[in-house]
Amino acid sequence: MFPTPIERAPRATRFTYRAALYVSLAVWLLPMAGVALTSVRSIDDLNRGNLWGWPSEFRLVENYTAVFADTRMAQFILNSVLITVPAVAGAVALACMAGFALAKFRFRGNLALFVIFIAGNLVPFQILMIPVRNLTIEIGIYDTRWALILFHAAFQTGFCTLFMRNFIKQLPDDMLDAARNDGLSEFQIFRHIVLPLVRPAIAAIAALTFTFVWNDYFWSLVLVQSDDVRPLTAGLQSLRGMWLASWHLISAGSIVAAIPPVLIFFFMQQHFIAGLTSGTPND
Amino acid sequence: MTGASAPGSSSSISAWWWRHQRTLTPLILLAPACLLFAIFVIIPIGMSLSLSLYDWDGVGPKTWVGFGNFAELFGDPVFFTALKNNLLWLLIYLAAPMLGLLLALFLNQGVRGIRPIRALFLMPFVVSQVVIGLIFAWFLNPEFGLLNPLLAKLGLGPVAPLENERWAILAVIAAGLWPQTAYCMVLYLTGLTGMRPELIESARLDGARDHTLLWHVVLPQLRPVTFIAAMVCVVSALRSFDLVMIMTAGGPYNSTNVLAYYMYEQTFLSLRYGYAAAIAAVLFGLMACCVAFFLWRLLARERG
Amino acid sequence: MRGPLGLVLACVLAMAGPASARTLIINANTSDPAPRAAWEAVVADFRRDNPGVEVKFNLYDHESYKKSIRNWLTGASPDVVFWFAGNRMREFVGRNLLTDVSGLFDDEVRASISRAGIDLVSVEGRQYGVPYSYYQLGLYFRRDLLERAGVKQAPATWADLIETCRALKADGVEPFAIGSKDLWPTAAWFDYINLRSNGHAFHMALTRGEVPYTDTRVRAVFAKWGELLELGCFAKNHASLSWQESQALLYQGRAAMMLIGNYIVANFPSEVRERMDFAPFPAMQHAAGKHEEAPTNSIHIPAAARNKEDARRFLAYVLRADVQERINRALLLLPLNQKAAIADDRFLKKGQALLSNAEALSQFFDRDTNEELATIAMKGFQEFMINPERLDQVLEGIERARKRIYKN
Repeated sequence: MFPTPIERAPRATRFTYRAALYVSLAVWLLPMAGVALTSVRSIDDLNRGNLWGWPSEFRLVENYTAVFADTRMAQFILNSVLITVPAVAGAVALACMAGFALAKFRFRGNLALFVIFIAGNLVPFQILMIPVRNLTIEIGIYDTRWALILFHAAFQTGFCTLFMRNFIKQLPDDMLDAARNDGLSEFQIFRHIVLPLVRPAIAAIAALTFTFVWNDYFWSLVLVQSDDVRPLTAGLQSLRGMWLASWHLISAGSIVAAIPPVLIFFFMQQHFIAGLTSGTPND
Repeated sequence: MTGASAPGSSSSISAWWWRHQRTLTPLILLAPACLLFAIFVIIPIGMSLSLSLYDWDGVGPKTWVGFGNFAELFGDPVFFTALKNNLLWLLIYLAAPMLGLLLALFLNQGVRGIRPIRALFLMPFVVSQVVIGLIFAWFLNPEFGLLNPLLAKLGLGPVAPLENERWAILAVIAAGLWPQTAYCMVLYLTGLTGMRPELIESARLDGARDHTLLWHVVLPQLRPVTFIAAMVCVVSALRSFDLVMIMTAGGPYNSTNVLAYYMYEQTFLSLRYGYAAAIAAVLFGLMACCVAFFLWRLLARERG
Repeated sequence: MRGPLGLVLACVLAMAGPASARTLIINANTSDPAPRAAWEAVVADFRRDNPGVEVKFNLYDHESYKKSIRNWLTGASPDVVFWFAGNRMREFVGRNLLTDVSGLFDDEVRASISRAGIDLVSVEGRQYGVPYSYYQLGLYFRRDLLERAGVKQAPATWADLIETCRALKADGVEPFAIGSKDLWPTAAWFDYINLRSNGHAFHMALTRGEVPYTDTRVRAVFAKWGELLELGCFAKNHASLSWQESQALLYQGRAAMMLIGNYIVANFPSEVRERMDFAPFPAMQHAAGKHEEAPTNSIHIPAAARNKEDARRFLAYVLRADVQERINRALLLLPLNQKAAIADDRFLKKGQALLSNAEALSQFFDRDTNEELATIAMKGFQEFMINPERLDQVLEGIERARKRIYKN
């Protein structure tokens, strides 16, 4: 194990290590801690310049209530959910199908298609911006959640397909051949054999894709105009314009915006990390 | 398995299907993904590239200008500032893998409670860039931000990086480095746990010290991880938009502009869709070179 | 279509059909607390008077509204949009993006709104919007801070202004608060120095793109501005402050004056209000009060609006004296309908007096000139304020853009 396992070191070193862990974590998360602290302050504290000290009064309930009561934050969160969940479901479904096709079948253009999926996922958004926006206007889904759902499902399919294809490729061929000899059609193999086996991979890309789509800001700006449809990221930025210099409210709003992906992350840590590190071959 | 040859009879169709289903199924499975991907990603790329050869304000007719947009681009000082900022971003982001490695080495111990601590270190990556941008923009605000009082406690003077034309872009990139380092850390952590223990143990038995081990045994094994980390950092650096928009909107007076944001401004503020498409084309070209390089290396490994 | 996805898509598109015929969608930029409440009340009353119409009132913050309005006019349009009269409106009219509403301006209306007011929403004799409020710009200052520094009256001439700055600095107060992060506060300074030095006609010619920015008369404006910069008259760190953040400096007593529009009055905290006062921008070659800025807000109907009938009703509603009075009482701005009473406020009274005696009114830099050029020029103003030695470079940059934008 590298570096030298700390268990073998003398007690003092172990103690120092632990202390260093906590200190470094505190420094690392300092900005977030600062924001969390500010979100419970009152505006007087901010005006008086009491930014790092103990809050003179705890306005946790008031601030967070203000965030929800005076603004359309709840609507923004709902929109984010209504956009992200279908988009993730769509991308995952398409990726399973396409990943299976690319992984276990040989046909001309297999590798080329695979490369196109990878490359398409790496392009800068801006090259897509004008045509996609015009497309959504022409179809009539501009400024509806469907514009975002369809776009994200399409775009994230690139990454998800890459992941599923690599994962499915590792499934033993003889298992599939045995199933074929048993008379199963390819669709049946897909449904009854492959899908159950790729559940961990599905969890991984679902967690990751959820985070990417939920946190997207650019496309919410480009494809959406009204508050009814706006997701959380764009909503938070627009509220900043309305909250003037009310940093305690902006902080509370930021914390609220940060909570959902963090929750998903904590519950699905294993899958999340597996998804992020899939491309690292450990031979 | 040949059924009756009467046309339209179900048994002949199912027989035909059964003969061909092995070749047709993958195509059917691929079709929805390819269709959606083509409509929303591949075709728009072509459309944007073609749009860059026109002058268009989004409403009226398109006027052909050939390479006129590109010629104008190369005489545009804002374009060069944006390009410079993107390259600076790229360079600084390449420090992320190194910092991530250091963090990973630090956290690669089996002490009790290390799992939640590692998860907490990853948090900046999980949170939206909008939130990161807001946090840092406010941190660095000279009147109401949290940084200056902190510096004052340490005896240092107040700073206002976001309004200084030289320092602003560095402040924005630093904000981005935070989640990016977290991501690289996770990559390296997984890489470290996947290393072959025998190599390390035998090197230790030979008396090798930790830093020699690191250079000669560990890093070579982590090369694939470094590859991926570098690729992701390059792609992220070229894509950067959110942080610029939230923290500075390209200011002060364009000194933190980046190609992605300049393109957005040209489309929605200046209404020069053709010019914006030209900027996007340059960005795309840059990205294509980097991606081609990475894909070439990736394919070499796939084939081998 | 192919496959289950296509079926789903088709069903969805069928459900997301056109809005019902009696929905009225209004997009507004009146997101600050006081205007928001005022307009929500007006819309509520309109809803009450028009029970068959479902009115959706969408609010946006100013900066993103400015960026989004073009999307709306060229994409899926709401039925009513808030915007600005004058050249800003004319830009859209020139591209056929707004509906002609001249029918609303009957004799009764024409008798209530000043000639200048109607001109602001007219192109070649036809009207394309309804103006609902305008306001003056000038120096809003803390009388008590000036007195404490030994300045008895508001500065009346340029020389007075320089003296006032010196006195304030000696007293440890920043003379001018300004927030240049959103760029346009810098243009207030440019406009007024230009109006006072070179007059309204020249200012209009410049904003119409007819005069090069490297002209000596333009340079003279920057020379004067430079005098203030040399003395350090502007509060530090303005490039990272929005104007809302910079007004706090006035209320905290760290700055004494601000060149801004009357909308700031609504934000005065109660304990500071009595100590604030207003004065027009000081005289230079031209007297104060002759040429003033009076940005005018208005509402319009996009050409692609789906419900024009109810939209016209709404516009006619906003033309009424009682409605204009209500809106402007809450906004503390001035109505264009002269039959409407104004709120009993000393700032408004001063503004009313100032604007009704003005010879000519301009609309503010970023409304009078092409928007792209305005942004480029204002970035230049900000750069000049921080680095005055770069004047040549800045002017050349603006001039390059002007040549490109106004070539036709």
